[in-house]
Amino acid sequence: MSASAISSHHSSSATILPFAESAARVTRDARPLRLITCGSVDDGKSTLIGRLLWDTKAVKEDHAATLARDSGQQNDLGLPDFALLLDGLQAEREQGITIDVAYRYFSTDKRSFIVADTPGHEQYTRNMATGASTADLAVLLADARAGLLEQTRRHATIASLMGIRQFVLAVNKFDLVNYDRDVFERISAEFQEFALSLGVRQITAIPMSALKGENVVLPASDAMPWYEGPTLIEALELAIVRITQAGGFRLPVQRVVRPGESFRGYQGTVSGGAIKPGDSVAILPSGTVANVSQIVTFDLVRNAAVAGDAVTLVLDRQVDVARGDMIVSIDAQPLTGKAFDAQLVSLQQSGIEPGKRYWLKSGSRRQRVSVEPLTQLDLSSGQWRAHASTLAMNAIGKVHLAFEETAIFDAYEQNRATGAFILIDPDTLNTVAGGMITGKRANLAGLKREGDRVLLSLPADLAEQLMASELLAGRRDEVEVKRLTPADAAAVWKNAGSDI
Amino acid sequence: MPLSVQETEIKNPPVSRPPLDPHLKALENEAIHIFREVAAEFDNPVMLYSIGKDSSVLLHLARKAFFPGRVPFPLLHVDTTWKFREMIEFRNRVAEEYDLDLVVHTNKRGAAENITPFTHGSAFYTDVMKTEALKQALDAGGYDAAFGGARRDEEASRAKERIYSFRSPDHKWDPRNQRPELWNVYNGMIRKGESVRAFPLSNWTEVDIWRYIQAEDIPLVPLYYAAERPYVERDGMMVLAEDPRLELKDGEEVKRGMIRFRTLGCFPLTGAIRSTASNLEEIIAELEIATVSERQGRAIDRDQSGSMEKKKREGYF
Repeated sequence: MSASAISSHHSSSATILPFAESAARVTRDARPLRLITCGSVDDGKSTLIGRLLWDTKAVKEDHAATLARDSGQQNDLGLPDFALLLDGLQAEREQGITIDVAYRYFSTDKRSFIVADTPGHEQYTRNMATGASTADLAVLLADARAGLLEQTRRHATIASLMGIRQFVLAVNKFDLVNYDRDVFERISAEFQEFALSLGVRQITAIPMSALKGENVVLPASDAMPWYEGPTLIEALELAIVRITQAGGFRLPVQRVVRPGESFRGYQGTVSGGAIKPGDSVAILPSGTVANVSQIVTFDLVRNAAVAGDAVTLVLDRQVDVARGDMIVSIDAQPLTGKAFDAQLVSLQQSGIEPGKRYWLKSGSRRQRVSVEPLTQLDLSSGQWRAHASTLAMNAIGKVHLAFEETAIFDAYEQNRATGAFILIDPDTLNTVAGGMITGKRANLAGLKREGDRVLLSLPADLAEQLMASELLAGRRDEVEVKRLTPADAAAVWKNAGSDI
Repeated sequence: MPLSVQETEIKNPPVSRPPLDPHLKALENEAIHIFREVAAEFDNPVMLYSIGKDSSVLLHLARKAFFPGRVPFPLLHVDTTWKFREMIEFRNRVAEEYDLDLVVHTNKRGAAENITPFTHGSAFYTDVMKTEALKQALDAGGYDAAFGGARRDEEASRAKERIYSFRSPDHKWDPRNQRPELWNVYNGMIRKGESVRAFPLSNWTEVDIWRYIQAEDIPLVPLYYAAERPYVERDGMMVLAEDPRLELKDGEEVKRGMIRFRTLGCFPLTGAIRSTASNLEEIIAELEIATVSERQGRAIDRDQSGSMEKKKREGYF
């Protein structure tokens, strides 16, 4: 039997001519761009997204009618209240604020877009981190009258920490500063400087009025003849979909499929690199080696698979592979070990407690971990400050992770898929943190804490100088110095960079 | 040495097609990832199958996800007994041809008390014959995860839905207290009695669904394609007039015309649209210029603003 027995209308009939052009128009060559919008409560964020949806015709008439009915009013331009369009939940409509991440979809002829709309209130940092985790680009809103606020800087900082490397600064409500070019230049220069300090180099600043629809989807050359840059939608169309998953092949094994005695396949989504039949792979954590014999998908056997592909791998020999293992290229392997460094965002009221055993899930692997907080990011100054106690909700901290069994990661900067993890509280089973691996910890670190004392491993001459210095005079009891040869010290510190 | 895939016995072998465009491929990969993750992490998953276009896509993706294995969970259809005749015929044919475990559940109490969309109003009827029936079926099966075909672009409250949507033991959704969901790392840890609704199509839009159906040649209930059909105009909707249980009210008459359905549900509550789009190319072209949403034809969504959120809180998909 085959599927063709069921009625299928794939063939075309004679009446499609008037529509052919329209149907061809929706063919998109690009993957969807995921973006996050961030701004303070009054920057007009909901209006901006509403405007994007409205001007790209993603809002249908019945939704607009519901809006008009609910709000009972229209704005000055005869358009519905865009904020209501986004604030889908009753509680939010009643309170007039956005309480959670909402996802919105719109498209142009060139590309489709997925927007994570997140709240601007400080207490919802966790929602912003959630929205940013999958985003390729961040749109940061600033009210032209107010300029850059601390909140804008916070959002930019969080976005960059979560790995976003493309920013659009939307200088909104620009009509209210009489389209003053100097205002735009000043705000965008200030932002440029700040974004560069975060390591973000792809920055586009756009003067706009979301309410009036100027420079959002449609250009505003009448109001701002001096502005020659892109509209927001043009900037989004030109943005790059993240391809950090370069490097070695990675396949976190989700499940083993055995439809019969003769077939054993390993199913998962390629999280980095590429593979073809014949390639040698290692299975981690065991380290067993095998060759790929087949890449199987529903669309029959393939001759290659690349990052993002959901596939089934068949290996050339009987090996022990289970869910949670990772199949990797033999010559470019990820980090394995029981101690890692990470940054994390604390997501729940209970915070992240030092020494508590959490579940950590990364890819398809779940294991026990304990967390030792080291520093916390002060979002207003951008400085990391020593912080060894509980990381409260919304706190961003640098931590040490100690595993009971071997863990497998790449640094988040190298691979967003194999460098990201969540923490699950074993008591509540809730997701309590999102984290990013920054590196593996060397077992013999140059700087270690042992009880109340700090152990310093240094070249002998430097150790003498340090112990003799006045800075250390009052605190010698807290420090133990280990004297090494310069070569040994160099080897120790080489591995310890991430501890400092 | 393991044998190659061609040598294993595979029911309904797939056919070769041109590659999907990158947009649809990305959506497909994401959905397959979710299917596999849920199947691996939960003890007893089930797939909600409503026979509509989204369910058809969902089923197609499930078959892809587990190939060359069988779909490793049953399909559950909540049958209100008021579905379109062609839907039920299609359901039975699909289950047989694809070798699926199909579970059909009807709220026996509701049926015995003769609760119908005509006599009890759409809100009460939906509550009893859909929401209540779904909970009964989920409890009876002891399922700890249920796949659904809901999309975030369908309706405002669904825009805030997670891919793993946590449900309390009494199937309640608490939109204000949802688990954060970062990257594609899903938290599948639950206690006994709790469950998760999983939505592999979360990031798909209506146009994506249709373009994927076209690209993959996925069979659909013929009601989606325009044809000359009998209908009655009632409450601003065109109701299909083929089921003998539809009684004409004063002033109503059966007309005939080229109509089709953008969504399929219970026939008394699902309005048709006038259309000549009789194949996928024409449907997609029609969508591109459509100015109303697909759920506009659904009576249950219009009862009150926020009605979908209310239903979802109570356990409706």
